[in-house]
Amino acid sequence: MEQTLGQFMQQQAPKLWQQTLTHTGLTCMSLLLSVLVALPLGIFIARKPKAAGVVLGIAGILQTIPSIALLGFLIPLLGIGAIPAITALFLYALLPVIRNTFTGITGVDPAITESAWGLGMNSWQVLTQVEIPLALPVILAGIRTAAVINVGVAMRRYIAAGGLGEFIFGGISLNNTHMILAGAIPAALLALAFDVVLSFVQKLSSHRLRKAAWIIPAILLLSSSAYVIPSSQQKMLAGFTPEFMGREDGYLGLTSVYKLDIPTVVISDAVMYKAAFEQKIDVISGYSTDGRLKAYDLVTLTDDKGIFPPYYAAPVVRVEVLKTYPEVEPTLNLLAGKINDSVMTELNYRVDYRKQLPEQVAREFLQSQGLLKNQETSREGKIRLGSKIFGEQYILVHMYKLLLEGYTPLSVELKTGLGGTKICFDALTHGEIDLYPEYTGTGLLTILKASTAQQKQLGPNRDRVYAFVQKEFQKKYQLQWLSPIGFNNAYALMMRRSQAQAFGIHTISDLSTYVSNHHLQP
Amino acid sequence: MIVAERLTKAFDGLKAVDNVSFEVKEGQTMILLGTSGCGKTTTLKMLNRLIESDSGRVWIQGKDIFSTKPEELRRNMGYVSQNNGLFPHLTVAENIAVVPGLLKWEKSKTRQRTESLLDQLNLPYRSYAHKYPDELSGGQKQRVALARALVSDPPLLLMDEPFGALDPLTRSAIHQEFRELPELQRKTVVMVTHDMAEAFELGDQIALMHQGTIRQLGTPEELMFRPASNFVKDFFQHQRYQLELKALKLKEIWPFLSDSQELITPTLQSEQSLWEAMEWLAEKKPAVVKNELTNSLKTLSLPILQTAYQQYKDQF
Repeated sequence: MEQTLGQFMQQQAPKLWQQTLTHTGLTCMSLLLSVLVALPLGIFIARKPKAAGVVLGIAGILQTIPSIALLGFLIPLLGIGAIPAITALFLYALLPVIRNTFTGITGVDPAITESAWGLGMNSWQVLTQVEIPLALPVILAGIRTAAVINVGVAMRRYIAAGGLGEFIFGGISLNNTHMILAGAIPAALLALAFDVVLSFVQKLSSHRLRKAAWIIPAILLLSSSAYVIPSSQQKMLAGFTPEFMGREDGYLGLTSVYKLDIPTVVISDAVMYKAAFEQKIDVISGYSTDGRLKAYDLVTLTDDKGIFPPYYAAPVVRVEVLKTYPEVEPTLNLLAGKINDSVMTELNYRVDYRKQLPEQVAREFLQSQGLLKNQETSREGKIRLGSKIFGEQYILVHMYKLLLEGYTPLSVELKTGLGGTKICFDALTHGEIDLYPEYTGTGLLTILKASTAQQKQLGPNRDRVYAFVQKEFQKKYQLQWLSPIGFNNAYALMMRRSQAQAFGIHTISDLSTYVSNHHLQP
Repeated sequence: MIVAERLTKAFDGLKAVDNVSFEVKEGQTMILLGTSGCGKTTTLKMLNRLIESDSGRVWIQGKDIFSTKPEELRRNMGYVSQNNGLFPHLTVAENIAVVPGLLKWEKSKTRQRTESLLDQLNLPYRSYAHKYPDELSGGQKQRVALARALVSDPPLLLMDEPFGALDPLTRSAIHQEFRELPELQRKTVVMVTHDMAEAFELGDQIALMHQGTIRQLGTPEELMFRPASNFVKDFFQHQRYQLELKALKLKEIWPFLSDSQELITPTLQSEQSLWEAMEWLAEKKPAVVKNELTNSLKTLSLPILQTAYQQYKDQF
């Protein structure tokens, strides 16, 4: 049964409201801090124009640092959660406020400041009674720019700080339009609201503005309090991606099947592994063959109750192609069962982390397995290989390319980087490519959209899931799943190796037991 | 009242004001006159330390200006800056209340004083106090700036080209008011202008400045009829006739006028300038002038005035 957006938002109302408040709080608090810092700085450089170039230059450079890079610096220093998020937002809001304060004050007619001095005002009185009131519309325009930037930026930079970004990014990952809109609509309204309120204040004529100006810090302060910094002083802290949080075969399963009750923050995939390495969080939701697992010395916990469906990789080929070139199937199956989880992790590590070329990694692996064969010289017929846009897929298609070129007379064309599942799959069904590596779990959930009942029935059993997708793909799409390569790139919970060993945690059940035994009342 | 001694100021090695000395007596108006860049504004601003002099000394009412903090010094003298310098974010009343605010006056006292000043300046409190400078005409703004400078009743008033932005008609009207304002009668005023006619209309003393030095300091009459150098003479050349009429007072040509026989009320005073007499005579004729000191009366018409003026000039 299809749910409408309204129903979704209604159902999620408490959480949505909470996240909107959090978002407002994040924005206001960072804005308040940046005004507190940027206003005096702007005034200072207006008085000492020699310092202006340096200060504006530094603020300008801060502005150009991409958010993920900035968070990369901040996480080791400040951990995860509200503090690095507010710090990042604060840094981004500095430039517009400093620049507009400087421009506003230096833009006051010198004849007017001179007459203020001439009447006997001291430096402070000239500043507070003449320069700031006259520069106020310009300063406010700066604050307005900063506010709108911050609403937008607060959305992108979700590092366990909450905010509407959790909905939006969860929605994007889960391909759930309602979820995206449920986050995006309030965010857009929030940005508009900030802009409208501040532009209204800005348009008040200057004398009324003077009287209204004190209201702004007051509002900011009040709104900031809407955001209560989540406590992270627990013994164990989990950081999960927004996608994972929303899935039955993710966080929901962890709580219902394992009764795992662990303090949790939502965090972006991009910084999650590093945050675990930096000991800012202890448990993360990763992919079991991710190269960063090796890079950061993390271990996966065994899914002993089987909530994560298997994601065994295998080539999916058009039936028509297998009929035309019967030599393709045995050639591709040369790789079957050859790569287990730790080998795939190692290969991914070499590509993603050591920046080796996928082609080189593929060649060296085949060589070590004794599968690399020199190319046959005469070429006849052509086969097109596709891949999604991440390292593991690149490695796999390069292996298939080398194998096909070595064992068959076919010429091979690569069409790598076809984005996500949908693009790859559509390309295959429309005959634009002939095969690509797919995962059984993706086939089951994303492509076949198996019902909950079907999922329950299949369970975590690798063979049953494989048999099911193979049968359904053949029937519905005339596509053939060949033998699995061996590894399972499924969701997995991960911990630092040292911590897992110290606490004797090997399975998710171990973790659940450990957490409930050491549960600390907040 | 105010004594300046060997004031000197250089900007980037160029002397803007070079060894300038003068004295202004209590209740007198001294004009610093000259073309742009002659150092007149710099000289004025050194008196209230908006510009700090490189060397030289200034005493105001016998007190060295460097012995008090600049802010306190300035609060005790009125200042009207170029182009009025009104604060655009404050109302007329608030602009005027700036100095009382700095001096921590009671609200009621400020209000009373503001009302009386605005009334004197023909800006009724009721209709103008709550207007913003943007809503006023040029002449009205100028009067508010004047009120703001006068509000604390300082003995000394410094004015930097106060009427520079006004059109000629408004300017001569405001000159009239300026001369007649009772509030201003007792004040010592130092005013900067580049307008010769204005200098001659308003000044008791005129310091003609050029390239940072005072070329001649004297009464308008002295500048006209006893120029210290050819420079001074040439400076006024192309407006000479008008300036002479403005510089000369009726009492100066008294010996060349004939006694009045008619027993009618006098319409002009001997302290008025020939220029004012001509303005009067152009409309009404003839006129009778009274000399307060000698209590004598003289008859005046345009031809009589012309003849007497020529006879006066023939003396030099």
